[in-house]
Amino acid sequence: MYDGGKIIAGLILFLILITFPIWWNIAGGTTDFEADPKIVTTEKSCIYEKEYMTTHHMDVLDDWRDRVVRDDVRAFHSDALGRDVEMSLSHTCMSCHPNKSEFCDECHNPMGVDPYCWDCHVEPKEGK
Amino acid sequence: MIDKAFVGSKKYWSWVIILLGLIGIGTLAYLYQFENGLGVTGLSRDVTWGFYIAQFTFLVGVAASAVMVVLPYYLHNYKAFGKVTILGEFVAVGAVIMCMTFIFVDMGSPYRILNVFLHPTPHSLMFWDTVSLFGYLVLNAIISMVSLGAERKGIAPPKWIKPIIYISIPWAISIHTVTAFLYSGLAARPFWMTAVLAPRFLASAFAAGPALLCILCLIVRKVSKFDPGDQAIRNLAKIATYGMIVNVFLVLMEVFTAFYSDIPEHLLHFKFLYVGLDGNTTLVPWMWLSAALAVFSLILMINPKTRNNFKTMVVGCIAIFFSLWIDKGLAMVVGGFTPSPLGEVTGYAPTFPELLISIGIYAMGALIVTGLYKVAISVREHKLPAKMVVTEKVASETA
Amino acid sequence: MSNDRRKFLKVAGFATLAVTGSRALGAANLAPTPWLKGGGLEAKRWAMVIDLKKCHQQEGCTKCMDACHLEHNVPKIEIKKHEIKWIWKESFHHAFHEQEHEHTPESIKHSPIPVLCNHCDNPPCVRVCPTEATFKRESDGIVMMDWHRCIGCRYCVVGCPYGARSFNWEDPREHMDDITENFPTRMKGVVEKCTFCETRLRKGLPPACVEACEYGALTFGDLDDPDSEVRKLLESNYTIRRKPQLGTEPQVYYIV
Repeated sequence: MYDGGKIIAGLILFLILITFPIWWNIAGGTTDFEADPKIVTTEKSCIYEKEYMTTHHMDVLDDWRDRVVRDDVRAFHSDALGRDVEMSLSHTCMSCHPNKSEFCDECHNPMGVDPYCWDCHVEPKEGK
Repeated sequence: MIDKAFVGSKKYWSWVIILLGLIGIGTLAYLYQFENGLGVTGLSRDVTWGFYIAQFTFLVGVAASAVMVVLPYYLHNYKAFGKVTILGEFVAVGAVIMCMTFIFVDMGSPYRILNVFLHPTPHSLMFWDTVSLFGYLVLNAIISMVSLGAERKGIAPPKWIKPIIYISIPWAISIHTVTAFLYSGLAARPFWMTAVLAPRFLASAFAAGPALLCILCLIVRKVSKFDPGDQAIRNLAKIATYGMIVNVFLVLMEVFTAFYSDIPEHLLHFKFLYVGLDGNTTLVPWMWLSAALAVFSLILMINPKTRNNFKTMVVGCIAIFFSLWIDKGLAMVVGGFTPSPLGEVTGYAPTFPELLISIGIYAMGALIVTGLYKVAISVREHKLPAKMVVTEKVASETA
Repeated sequence: MSNDRRKFLKVAGFATLAVTGSRALGAANLAPTPWLKGGGLEAKRWAMVIDLKKCHQQEGCTKCMDACHLEHNVPKIEIKKHEIKWIWKESFHHAFHEQEHEHTPESIKHSPIPVLCNHCDNPPCVRVCPTEATFKRESDGIVMMDWHRCIGCRYCVVGCPYGARSFNWEDPREHMDDITENFPTRMKGVVEKCTFCETRLRKGLPPACVEACEYGALTFGDLDDPDSEVRKLLESNYTIRRKPQLGTEPQVYYIV
């Protein structure tokens, strides 16, 4: 091909630039982190099993917010806990996990996740 | 074919660089607005839609006007428009993209815009508006690219493009009717609550669009070897004239209904626009300018001598365009909000960031149209033997 | 005292006790759920009757507005263009313009009218919303706001004939001194309005404005219940509504 050398060189440069975030973080050793969210509640379980909550808490909240606001349904029966709870981020979730900086942020911050829930829902006051 | 947009003279590139600069400034201004909220505009609790939506409303009309060249050529075989349809379609593409961008920058939570498609709401006109705008963009993009591509190869376009072109004709009418329906079905806003709003929108579209197309054709003639043809340009001017006559007539109809019935809720909006209300006269000079430009443009354009002379035709077309830009954009939108449902008069004027963002969007539209026109012109220039170009120019000069 | 009001107070008292009691016991455990014990208020069609004769008994009274805005974290924005208000006082001249004439009694002409979202039966704002972020809830007739879905296009603001809706032109949290913790704020870029205190209703509490009015000018209840206070008031008094000719069927009635 014409200008083959320039094209291949350009492609390689492009690939290096576009994968920058990946190799930069690997080289800098910031990809290893042990997330250890601190649980301060004495309840025996969350509203779902821990493993499910870890991977699906965003879906749970998404489902809850539609059911509460749109369908006027607030009661949720938790099999894991064996009783009904209120579908509410601020009243239910945060009453067991009020330590947002040691719990939610523990995973969210290193992952670069910034959920916009807290733009509206009031964060619990910590250590005050 | 598209690569033709990336080669050009120094003048071409200077124009492109200027546009890119304006787009850059507009983008920065938008980031400022995104960070701080729509409060950086001149909008308020009472006048909740303003410059952005006004531009959207006006540009939907310009986009729809492509039908005014497509219809005569494809439905009635009006050969003179043969070379102009592509120019009309490209303007439609640029205008529709600008429309969608103006809506986007007006949104309070634009990152949620997909909700309109995730939760389609058939009883909302805004849903139908997004559907029709997207559809129109896709239709025009396909039509223009396929027909230009075929022309470049010197063959007839594929048969399947014909039904798509036929669909684009009622679709063009529909995009502007839907936009009018956004306004004319609202019990809360008596200024817009008129059956004549959709016809008025269409009339002003068929005046402003062809007027713009006239101007663009004359520019194309000047900066390139491609000549859309005297007959085509003169006919566009004729269409713009009739469109303007109908539009002015409909406006006068509305004035009559409001003033003769003397119903305050209709009358007060006209008063605000033309003489001011509660001491607020911001829009009054603009309204009278629009009226003066309308009359002036009709004087120039109805008289065949001044309409056919390209120099006076340009002035007439510019007058039409700006008269309608004021009337359909700012006047119609802001006028509908003043006085508010609670009878209050809140002034509105666009702020500096608002204007920078709008200029950036207009520059983006201009850039799209420039690039697309460059492609069309390059294809045409390549095709036409030099002899024919010279002959046409001589013919028009002796006319 | 009527039966309804007694029930309100009983449930309200119990709810407050339960919530404050639990807070004292164990901070990091599931919040108790008094609302689940059948304490919520239910209705098919919520409506409000405002007795204007009782309303303007105190000059410059803003108790209903203050209670509502505090309860729902409504910001106080100094720039009038950007203000957000869920319930406020309008002059008779503005609220009932078409009812006014040259010889309207001075007392009525100058009486402040509390205005709020009318939770219309035929709401134009719901008709125009492109995402159904505002919708009329089937269960109780409240015209609701889904702040998770609102894209901030403000079409509902344009469509409302009563000017009841406000848009967040800037970040509301910058205009709030105290944030009521048990209710969210909104963020910039969404529209908000009165929701007939649907979260309080679920807890068995009346709307904040109804509770705050010490003159009993605001009455709230179920239009479908023939024994409700609102029905009794509507049957025994002549009431007017704002802009009835538009066919929106507003559910806020005014006793003049």
